[in-house]
Amino acid sequence: MVLFKHELRQGRTAFLVWTASIAALLAACVLLFPEMEGEMASAGEMFASMGGFSAAFGMDRLDVGSLTGYYAVECGTVLGLGGAFYACLAGISALVKEERGRTAEFLLTHPLSRPQVVTAKLAAVLAQITVMGLALLAAALASVKLIGETVPWKELILLHGACWLLQIELACLCVGVSAFLRRGGAGPAMGLAAGMYFLNMLANISDQAGFLKAITPFAYCEGADILAAGGLDAGRVAAGMALACAAVAAVYLRYRRKDIL
Amino acid sequence: MDAICVRGLTKYYGRTRGVEDVSLTVAQGDIFGFIGPNGAGKSTTIRALLGLIRPNAGRGQVLGLDMGKDRERILARVGYLPSETAFWPGMRVRDILRFSAGLRKKDCRRTAEELCQRLRLDPARRADRLSLGSRRKAALVCALQHEPELLILDEPTSGLDPLIQREFFTILQERNRQGVTVFLSSHILWEVRRWCAHAAILREGAVVAAGPVADLIGAGQDPEEAFLRYYEEAQNGPV
Repeated sequence: MVLFKHELRQGRTAFLVWTASIAALLAACVLLFPEMEGEMASAGEMFASMGGFSAAFGMDRLDVGSLTGYYAVECGTVLGLGGAFYACLAGISALVKEERGRTAEFLLTHPLSRPQVVTAKLAAVLAQITVMGLALLAAALASVKLIGETVPWKELILLHGACWLLQIELACLCVGVSAFLRRGGAGPAMGLAAGMYFLNMLANISDQAGFLKAITPFAYCEGADILAAGGLDAGRVAAGMALACAAVAAVYLRYRRKDIL
Repeated sequence: MDAICVRGLTKYYGRTRGVEDVSLTVAQGDIFGFIGPNGAGKSTTIRALLGLIRPNAGRGQVLGLDMGKDRERILARVGYLPSETAFWPGMRVRDILRFSAGLRKKDCRRTAEELCQRLRLDPARRADRLSLGSRRKAALVCALQHEPELLILDEPTSGLDPLIQREFFTILQERNRQGVTVFLSSHILWEVRRWCAHAAILREGAVVAAGPVADLIGAGQDPEEAFLRYYEEAQNGPV
């Protein structure tokens, strides 16, 4: 618990900055909806017929003139990308920051097992992601209320829940990667988040690249699919969580044996 | 029971030799000097004792506990001062001392306060703005505040001014009188000569001499010259 609280304190500034930034962007997008509503309704047909571009963002399957369609396209991107970047950065720095900052020697000469260290750090990252998810949902609900629309509870919870799962998966993958690194971390973290996002866009554009949906967690965050099905793709979520569990298992195995130099 | 007993400790970093076949015994209640030139393997030996690195071969016991299997139990009874001291940004000295004590599940406030006073360390200062010497003092308090049975100190006096060095050794002597074993890695030969009863000299990853400091120096020899000869042999081969 001592290390868990320490991790929360160490990550507090980054957490607040990212949460405030994503929440502000989300709120701004929602607050723009009343002005955009009319234009979106007339432009909806055009957005839906832009071929690959429409497919990449799921606009061919959504009514961007409705609040839920608009939210899934505009806010979904902010939520997904912003959340993914934060999750990857938090995940990758959890372990590697100790070696980079030369604090690993101090920390690991206290009576803690390596698995205890990994558990505390992982728990802190997951806790931050969860609190961020709740804060972003609250920001979304408040901004929908502010524009006087009826809150689409189910859709919002599904979209935010999917993004929370995406963050969990990416954070676990990045904690896994970090166990093999000694320095750096931001580059691979940003690369992983951006790479996964573009893999999903590729899969949306090309039928031949459809298999990429099995790799990227953005596949189960696709607003168009979630709204159409009224739920998440359980198979893809299960595959993503299995991958996250494998990454976490790799961390425990690797970090137990890692030399701290 | 010996405080430290290591046999055949070998560690390679890829193809680079860390230590090879190091055997070492430190009696309980001793102040033991561990000396050798840069790259001799002192820090590698210490890191292996503390479970920071996994040796390729060899086994050892610290305070009667197995170096490999009982890592956490050993660390609970050991105070360690690393050769380089770094802390997390934004923390004050008192936060670091509290954090370290918390990880050990101990209330060390009284001892920490007393040590801070004796070492003239202001607990309200931000650790990332401390001078090298003050960072060393903070790390020293962390190593001492939980009243460990064994102190492993890597270059403990680097960065400390002479007055604080004197106070530091007074504290070590007090602790030693209470039964604490001190394992002191140092480049500073007079420190080892003055404060240590026994010592081991490490050269190119192997222990080349060990025993009472008086015997290592030799009767009638100049102590500094005697130690320096071991160093020169490390760099140039036997002279």
